[in-house]
Amino acid sequence: MDYFFTEQQQMIIDTAREITNEKIIPVRAELDEKNQFPREILHDIAKADLFSVFVPEEYGGFGGGCFEVVLALEELARGCVGVATSFAASALGIFPVMIAGSEAQKQKYLPDIASGARWAAFGLTESNAGSDASGIRTTAVEDGEEWVLNGTKQWITNGGESQIYTIIALTDPNKGARGASIFVVEEGDPGFSYGKKEDKMGIRSSATRELILKDCRIPKDRLVGRKGTGFITVMKTLDMSRPGIASLGIGLAQAALDEAVVYAKQRVQFGKPIISFQAVQHILADMAIQLEAGRALVYGAAKHIDAHPKDMSKVSSMCKVFATDMAMKVTTDAVQVLGGYGYMKEYPVEKMMRDAKILQIYEGTNQIQRNVIGQELNKEYS
Amino acid sequence: MLIIDSEKCTACGICETSCAFGAISVVADCAVVTESCTLCGACVDHCPVGALRIEIADKRTQADIGEYVGIMVFAEYRHGKVAPVSYELLGIGRKLADKRGVKLSVVLPGGAVAAYAGDLIAAGADTVFLAEHPVLEQFREDVYARVLEQVIREQKPEVVLAGATAIGRSVIPFVATAIDAGLTADCTHLEIREEDGMLLQTRPAFGGNIMATIECPHTRPQMATVRPKVMAPAEPDPSRKGEVISVQLPQHLVQSKIEVLETVINTEDQVNIQEVETLVAGGRGLDSPKGFALIRELASELGGAVAASRAAVDSGWIPYPHQVGQTGKTVSPKLYIACGISGAVQHAVGMQSAEIVVAINRDKSAPIFDIATYGVVGDLYEVVPQLIKRLQEIKK
Amino acid sequence: MKIIVCVKQVPDAKDVRLDPKTNTLAREGVDAIMNPYDRHALEEAVAIKEKQGGTVTVITMGPPQAETVLREAIACGADDGVLISDRAFAGADTWATAYTLAKAVQTLGGADLILCGKQAIDGDTAQVGPGLACRLQVPYATCVQKTRNVTATTIEVERMMDDGFDVLRLPLPALITVVKDINEPRVASLKGKMKAKKAAIRQLSAAAIGADPQCIGLAGSPTQVVRVFPPEPRGNRKIFSGSVEEQVEQLVACLKAHL
Repeated sequence: MDYFFTEQQQMIIDTAREITNEKIIPVRAELDEKNQFPREILHDIAKADLFSVFVPEEYGGFGGGCFEVVLALEELARGCVGVATSFAASALGIFPVMIAGSEAQKQKYLPDIASGARWAAFGLTESNAGSDASGIRTTAVEDGEEWVLNGTKQWITNGGESQIYTIIALTDPNKGARGASIFVVEEGDPGFSYGKKEDKMGIRSSATRELILKDCRIPKDRLVGRKGTGFITVMKTLDMSRPGIASLGIGLAQAALDEAVVYAKQRVQFGKPIISFQAVQHILADMAIQLEAGRALVYGAAKHIDAHPKDMSKVSSMCKVFATDMAMKVTTDAVQVLGGYGYMKEYPVEKMMRDAKILQIYEGTNQIQRNVIGQELNKEYS
Repeated sequence: MLIIDSEKCTACGICETSCAFGAISVVADCAVVTESCTLCGACVDHCPVGALRIEIADKRTQADIGEYVGIMVFAEYRHGKVAPVSYELLGIGRKLADKRGVKLSVVLPGGAVAAYAGDLIAAGADTVFLAEHPVLEQFREDVYARVLEQVIREQKPEVVLAGATAIGRSVIPFVATAIDAGLTADCTHLEIREEDGMLLQTRPAFGGNIMATIECPHTRPQMATVRPKVMAPAEPDPSRKGEVISVQLPQHLVQSKIEVLETVINTEDQVNIQEVETLVAGGRGLDSPKGFALIRELASELGGAVAASRAAVDSGWIPYPHQVGQTGKTVSPKLYIACGISGAVQHAVGMQSAEIVVAINRDKSAPIFDIATYGVVGDLYEVVPQLIKRLQEIKK
Repeated sequence: MKIIVCVKQVPDAKDVRLDPKTNTLAREGVDAIMNPYDRHALEEAVAIKEKQGGTVTVITMGPPQAETVLREAIACGADDGVLISDRAFAGADTWATAYTLAKAVQTLGGADLILCGKQAIDGDTAQVGPGLACRLQVPYATCVQKTRNVTATTIEVERMMDDGFDVLRLPLPALITVVKDINEPRVASLKGKMKAKKAAIRQLSAAAIGADPQCIGLAGSPTQVVRVFPPEPRGNRKIFSGSVEEQVEQLVACLKAHL
């Protein structure tokens, strides 16, 4: 389907596609097998200026909106969701600064993010605070000209690999949702260290680590936004990032469909390519229908968000749910089309199916997204 | 340029489909040519009504073509031996010379190479030009080129043949430009046209998807590099007589601007299997790592390298850089010999663009036979040794 | 340091087939791309420039649409592109191409270092690089797999041989042709693409480079293609039978006829 991209959008797509074809696809199986972080590829992505897509022009960025980010991520995810996640995590990690940071903070961090010289990561989740973010225990206490942070963040994407971290901590444990604030912690800050790296089912090239804050002292000016506004910023950050996750589902499902169709055309059984059998055709047709529907929703949501930045929760959640559930289904079907070969690591669809699962879980499970949509509907019709 | 006769053109569109460059198309009722035309002539050949022709205003021609007589071969010497391709060139050179009724000469540059003159004569040469100088011990483009240029200018052969080797393909184009001669690269077939004695040079293009026959009608010598292992060397005849001539090398000729700092011979594992022209690959059918000794022997007999299927690599019989296929490298050699490889799609995708695929497998129904040019059904432990034996016999 | 890279726009060779029935080139769906070896030459030039300073100029001889590869090269780090284009260049073989490129390089004031891909994938001749070096009278090395120690006056290279490699030092100006092992070409950046879109491409005609009409295009080409035909199709595959000895004998006979 022709989505009538602008010349600049097409440029972003082409650049991401070249990265995927030339840098990601040849090594993705190895990265997956070795659990290896794609540092080299992120440098290539930086050289190609893709990190600048989500940064405003005044800070050395390309000034793209949600739609542009979605287009870049979709192409990268076609190659490897692990790599695309590592790229996306830098955007997620810096969004709080873009949303609520001071001019000085933006000047300090955004140009480096845009050039890809430094990467960011987002530190929200803790062992007792997953879907229920209000369960966080990490604290930040003022001490003279410094903040002192204590706590442990869990499953942080790009943990140990990024240089800039946005950390959500309680500045007033008694105030509940109003008691959280966001801080920038940099690699090398005293009291800041990394815990173990997780061994995951999928997106194995991405790095997932604990962040350990033990009397971590940071200067006062690292507070992002006003004290106590942390959760509001977190919600806005996730609203902004969810279409990106949705687009990972689109890219991944596209890759799975491509593999399945190519295989079905060359695999001969009963004397014919299996694509000539209606049973296979129908699976492929359903995959294609769902993929295209998902893409239309994600693009539509991204454009809506760019036009109406204050009204994004519902569409952002809807596209995330639909596209990622779709990706799970389409990658599973791709494995089915490839049969025994699909189950073997020699073919890429096995990895795609493993990679798909996380999309339904991270950045808000699809169940939480449905809650958001339900609450929004309740509000709309009141 | 391409001339279109609008009176004859029937706008049938055949020229359009014959053009590889999209340079000709039918507009309204007549073919029209655009700037993309490379004058390849494909459309001229295909026009059913003869409406197209190529006209060349002033073809560059050489006045003294008639003075060029004889066939000359450039023999390569490196690391203490004459390259096998040199004997192959003498084999084909002898045939061409006999057909033309002329002499076959050979130029051999090197440090001290007089000892090889006899071998070259036995292999078919009538005259050996020895260009000996310490600076020629190692290959240096500039000096080699100047030496060849001088010998060719003095001897005026009608044909010059060199091996399509690293050395030949590096130095010969320089020489051809210097003496304003036509040169055809990497020929796989050479013959003399009876009527006018023209050398017809056939070579693959577009990665072997197309063959082209080329001639040099207006200039001499007609030069060609010839792919190694294609031509057969003549049976050596030690009783043959020939003349050995030392080439005079004035000082200015042997001054090189190129310093050779080091010469490195690759070990097997450093060979990039994507860069070599012949690959012998082993798979699960080898049954053990020892099988690769046999594969290596065949590969070295053919001057090629060793490749492997994933099964062989996963079994730890050979390291990963040798792996061909979906999760390994994609190769497109001229010759790929698959030994004990079943040829499942994931292997096939890595090698199916090879020009010639030879399959050696016990199992007659193995899919490798579906993509093979030639298939030998049998136990590779019997077939491969027999093949090596035959290749060695032919070489002798 | 002034660097010139010679590139060529080629049909994607893996897609080019001769229709065995009509004996015509099937060009449907065949993309025009920058010759893959030339991408490596360009990357090496840009990498040398980034270390040494200087400029990288990309030149190509071809029809007007070959401008695309020049813009692609600028997006990948070249400073400017020159299109050498004229109907009179059509039908050039390697001799005439080397002549034309040499004239263009001289028109551009020469260079300290000239880089070419080892060969173009449509012709696979590998002859233009050495021919160009001859015309420009500069030392050269073909099939370079690594450059090291580039100074203002010399370059050291590893030149691939059939059995390994030689390490050479050449004085500048010099010409090298490169193999794919030499580097990993970068992906064109967004900023590069924007620059490429706006870049002015200089055009040089036969007259502009002072070419002798008898030395260019078909008129200047000593070689002529007289016949094009498909290789023996894979469809004619032969599965031998008989004893091992008999089968090997047949195989050897076939390989000799083919190779």
